[in-house]
Amino acid sequence: MSGLTAGYRDHTVLSGVSTRVESGSWLGVIGPNGAGKSTLIKAVLGLVGHTGEVSVDGRDVAGLGHRERARLLGYAPQLPQLPIGLTVTDYVLLGRTPYTGVLARESERDRIAVAEVLERLDLTRLADRGLHALSGGERQRAVLARALVQDTGVLLLDEPTTGLDVGHAQALLDLVDQLRCERGTTVVSTLHDLTLAAQYSDRLLLLDGGGVHAEGPPEHVLTSDTLAEHYSARVRLLTAPDGSPAVVPVRTTAGTAG
Amino acid sequence: MSGPSSATGLAHSPGSSRGREHLSTLRPTHVLYGVVALVGVSLFSVLLGAADLGWHRVLAEIGAQVTGGISPLSEREAAILWQLRVPRVVLAALVGGALAISGAAFQGVFRNPLAEPYLLGAAAGAGLSVTVMAVTVPHIGLGTTGVTQLAAFGGALGGVMLTWLIGRSAGPETATLVLAGVAVGAFLTAAQTFVQQLRVESLQRVYMWILGDLSTAGWGDVLVVLPTLLPALVVLCACARLLDLLGVGDEEAATLGIRPGRVRALVLAAASLATAAAVSVSGLIGFVGLVVPHLVRLTSGGSYRVIVPLSVMFGASFLVAADTLARTLMAPAELPIGVVTAFTGAPFFAFLLRTNRAR
Repeated sequence: MSGLTAGYRDHTVLSGVSTRVESGSWLGVIGPNGAGKSTLIKAVLGLVGHTGEVSVDGRDVAGLGHRERARLLGYAPQLPQLPIGLTVTDYVLLGRTPYTGVLARESERDRIAVAEVLERLDLTRLADRGLHALSGGERQRAVLARALVQDTGVLLLDEPTTGLDVGHAQALLDLVDQLRCERGTTVVSTLHDLTLAAQYSDRLLLLDGGGVHAEGPPEHVLTSDTLAEHYSARVRLLTAPDGSPAVVPVRTTAGTAG
Repeated sequence: MSGPSSATGLAHSPGSSRGREHLSTLRPTHVLYGVVALVGVSLFSVLLGAADLGWHRVLAEIGAQVTGGISPLSEREAAILWQLRVPRVVLAALVGGALAISGAAFQGVFRNPLAEPYLLGAAAGAGLSVTVMAVTVPHIGLGTTGVTQLAAFGGALGGVMLTWLIGRSAGPETATLVLAGVAVGAFLTAAQTFVQQLRVESLQRVYMWILGDLSTAGWGDVLVVLPTLLPALVVLCACARLLDLLGVGDEEAATLGIRPGRVRALVLAAASLATAAAVSVSGLIGFVGLVVPHLVRLTSGGSYRVIVPLSVMFGASFLVAADTLARTLMAPAELPIGVVTAFTGAPFFAFLLRTNRAR
């Protein structure tokens, strides 16, 4: 994407954002609240008005029809709306819409794709469960399943671990990572947990005030100075066993805990 | 950004019908229940009436018509059956089906369980239009002429269009449209009350019409509504899957390859046409459009792929049953059908809500 400027009505949120994501890699978009992370994802999807260019495999996304775009870019929002009354299978099947005619019924191929993704995400036993009867983790997996069944080369995930405990967050990100490796999917995700972002992303993009302030491998982007400047946070950077940086908050009144 | 567009890439296993069993689709048993209910209640309805034709003779007459045999009924009796009772049953079925499917469509579009076909000003528009007609040309009976139907149809569509124009000018959100509907409804109802007060003698007739009236139904009414109703029903049934899709919200729906605004406009246009057609021949029958989709939802599942087609069948059956009660309970006098629909539908609905919660 190059020169991406986006916003709502007369309020500009992003200005002049440019980046490039290698095929099959994971870009983590980080930044403080209100930095424009979700807007960046929505601008790539064409959901908010924007100027600048977004291209996938050299094809300009703006020039594509709705269905064609939906076969290229999969999306899981931060706060998905779950239709009342649908079963997990019904919901996941909605992800096949770009492949079925607008008025046509789903084909055998669509049903197979759904069954396979459900199996892969360990949702088969919940296939006929109503969406409202799922736990938070199961719900996030169902949303991911809906995006995966769309079978797109690029997956855009807006805070996929919202509301999940550390174990469930890890399991979900592991799953995305496995699928990325198997299918060669390009992943762009916003993540507010910087340690998880550093562990799973090949590169990080730090947004603040609608502009890019740092970009590169996690160990280059995540420094205590950068985080102090953009998050107003007091943190120390440790090194996790896998070599990735781990961000640890530091309390001001140190020494009271012991 | 770049990335290959792969096939699912997941292990392909045999047993290709997997997944189908968990999918909410219209099953043959659903259709069977719907058809049995509609045929059963319709047959029961044509057997009953002020004139005692004898149920075995009516059945023999129907058999004779089907097989080309000799009719057991006199000419007058046959006319009662074929020119009064049967068209009334057919019209009640059409109106009930139209209101119920419109209600289901409105609930899907607005993602609101309280949505019903009159939400966007159709009822208030039709009410005002018919009242103005009753006051300005009082010599025309409200139930006997195509003029009332035309006034009601035009009024209903006019009310919806006014809501649409005001809603669109205020913003693209669906909530804005609902609020515009509330404003238009209140305004047109106030206008109707004002006009009515100018000519108090029209009160009784207009009041009857407002509570719903199928007492003068004939084949002419059936022919009047069919050309509008059938295409609208086809469009709504075809859009059922898209209504499920609207449930994920506009942004997500757009990333799945549809244009939510267009789908909404198409569904609302079809549902409003169906509602206007129903209102034009039956007056304002409440409750059917609100409750029948919920009855279907509570008993058969929450996907619009099931709710939309079943609402037609059960809406039709419900209104035929209600009309049968309306014309037999206090015979030879008739109860307004709107009273019957609310009186029978509300307790049944409450019962279903309770049993569903207990499950």
